[in-house]
Amino acid sequence: MGINSLATINFDSELRRAGAYSTHGWRRLLFLAQRYMLGTIGLVIMVMFVWMAISADLICRYDPLSVDSAQRLAAPSARHWMGTDSFGRDVWSRIVHGARVSLAVGIGATALGSSLGVLVGLASGYLSGWVDLVFQRITDILQALPLLVLALVMTAALGPSLPNVIIAIAIPLIPTVARVIRANTLALRELPFVEAAKSIGMSETRIAFRHVLPNTLAPLIVLATAQLGSTILTEASLSFLGLGIPEPYPSWGRMLSESAAEYVRTAPWLVIFPGVAISLAVFGTNLFGDALRDILDPRQRG
Amino acid sequence: MFAYIVRRLALMLVTLIGISIIIFVLLRVVPGNIVDILFDAAGFVDPTDKANLEKELGLNLPIWQQYLNWIGGLLHGDLGYSYVSEKPALQEILPRIPITARLAALALLFSASIGIPLGVISAVHQGSRLDYALRIVSLSGLSLPSFWLGLLILMASVSLFGSMPIYNPNPKTWTEAIAIYAVPAMAVGFRSAALTMRITRSSMLEILRQDYIRTARAKGASETSVNYRHALKNAILPVITVIGIEAAFLIGGLIVTETVFNIPGVARFLVEALRWRDYPIVQNLVMLIAVVVVVANFTVDMLYAAIDPRIRYGD
Repeated sequence: MGINSLATINFDSELRRAGAYSTHGWRRLLFLAQRYMLGTIGLVIMVMFVWMAISADLICRYDPLSVDSAQRLAAPSARHWMGTDSFGRDVWSRIVHGARVSLAVGIGATALGSSLGVLVGLASGYLSGWVDLVFQRITDILQALPLLVLALVMTAALGPSLPNVIIAIAIPLIPTVARVIRANTLALRELPFVEAAKSIGMSETRIAFRHVLPNTLAPLIVLATAQLGSTILTEASLSFLGLGIPEPYPSWGRMLSESAAEYVRTAPWLVIFPGVAISLAVFGTNLFGDALRDILDPRQRG
Repeated sequence: MFAYIVRRLALMLVTLIGISIIIFVLLRVVPGNIVDILFDAAGFVDPTDKANLEKELGLNLPIWQQYLNWIGGLLHGDLGYSYVSEKPALQEILPRIPITARLAALALLFSASIGIPLGVISAVHQGSRLDYALRIVSLSGLSLPSFWLGLLILMASVSLFGSMPIYNPNPKTWTEAIAIYAVPAMAVGFRSAALTMRITRSSMLEILRQDYIRTARAKGASETSVNYRHALKNAILPVITVIGIEAAFLIGGLIVTETVFNIPGVARFLVEALRWRDYPIVQNLVMLIAVVVVVANFTVDMLYAAIDPRIRYGD
């Protein structure tokens, strides 16, 4: 490029490329979809799994729980796309229905953990003093154990069931959310608009929920999306170890449970397909989460 | 600095005491203790036998007294007895630690030696196809469950060599040692490698924008010198934190990987003990893990100050 080409920069097209003109509605979405290609792919994968979970009964020809001894360990075929397991259950049906379990645990644990984390973080940052001190120590304690270890001990204590697995995975998520919300709250508390709200006589609780909380939403959404992937992974690990979702619910992790090592030789489809389902679901949420972080929290952009 | 260290150590102690209480209580709210399980298996219950056994195991005492007995024992190096094997818990746990420690060390070595260089390459070529490909690889590293990766490795080994690596405490040949240790370590370390790479990349990108990097370039320093001597040296700090924290949190990956590869380490032992409600083993193992995490965090913070003279811990 020489001097001449510098002089003929088309500002209009440059601005268009940077998205300056597509600020509303569909045009904005379309622009973002093009700009964050990987994030869009992630979103498509997530929508696909949600659709699978919702319309599971319409998608599959077989009941995921029905046992067919004549069809034990059948290889993938036109009848059974992904083969059958050692009980003769259709693997494709189990994977489609497994999406329900995975998403229920993923969304349930993330929602529960984030809401509790928000409460702890808001209280900690807003009330400060001894409340803050106590909550800080509790977060320290919860953070000193790896997610899987804490979840394992908790499911073992509470007993394996869907709600208990959700609780066991949600509790270890609290500290991270609480820390972020606390830091944000501390910063926001000093800003003039909070002072203004105080000066017109608004109550502390109302300020916390109406003014401070909405301003911490962006980092919260980013964090929750990032955690969604790890909750799905943790559920899979718990079920894999036999301490997660109990039989007969089809859980992807459970399908890969220890006995899978035997099938590595004889029935590889039992090992491949559930693993692909877990990885794809987590990969989708991670792709989407990354793009969301770039859009909502540009300071962290990598 | 001294005051800071003392305060940190005091907080570490508070955290550990908190964990010991939480774990102890959690394990005792379980409906049904080992005695119930044993008697369920036997099919009949003689109340006096049951009471005797509970008394022998100390389960009839009030919960706070059970807790104090445990902590008192811990301080004397007495971890109690395993309910299942009836051997001292220390004797059960100690020999399994080196197996897991070796795996963890190898996994960290693998993740640092793969993750850091790839992260630098990715950052230096930001926006290129190579960067795109590397980012997708690292994101998939964070998405693959390590137990599935382990199963895939087993599958590949069956189809390539016709057999699976079986754990053996005394490998005879080099290839056997690699199969037993390095392969599972890679399955565990893949995730940390991906994480290390991501952190290295974003940290490098931040540093590469700095003025002194431009100055170095203007001076005529070579690309390698700029990237590795000027940039990486400063970008490495957050990477050390992540590796330090991962070192402790690797245990999650180790639990499933030891299960897949049938390695009798301390991580798999936790799952076995949980299944058997072997409280003395579970509570001591959880404490061991907590100590490792807390000490790792402390070491990372101290390392930080040692590496970067700008960081001084004051109040």
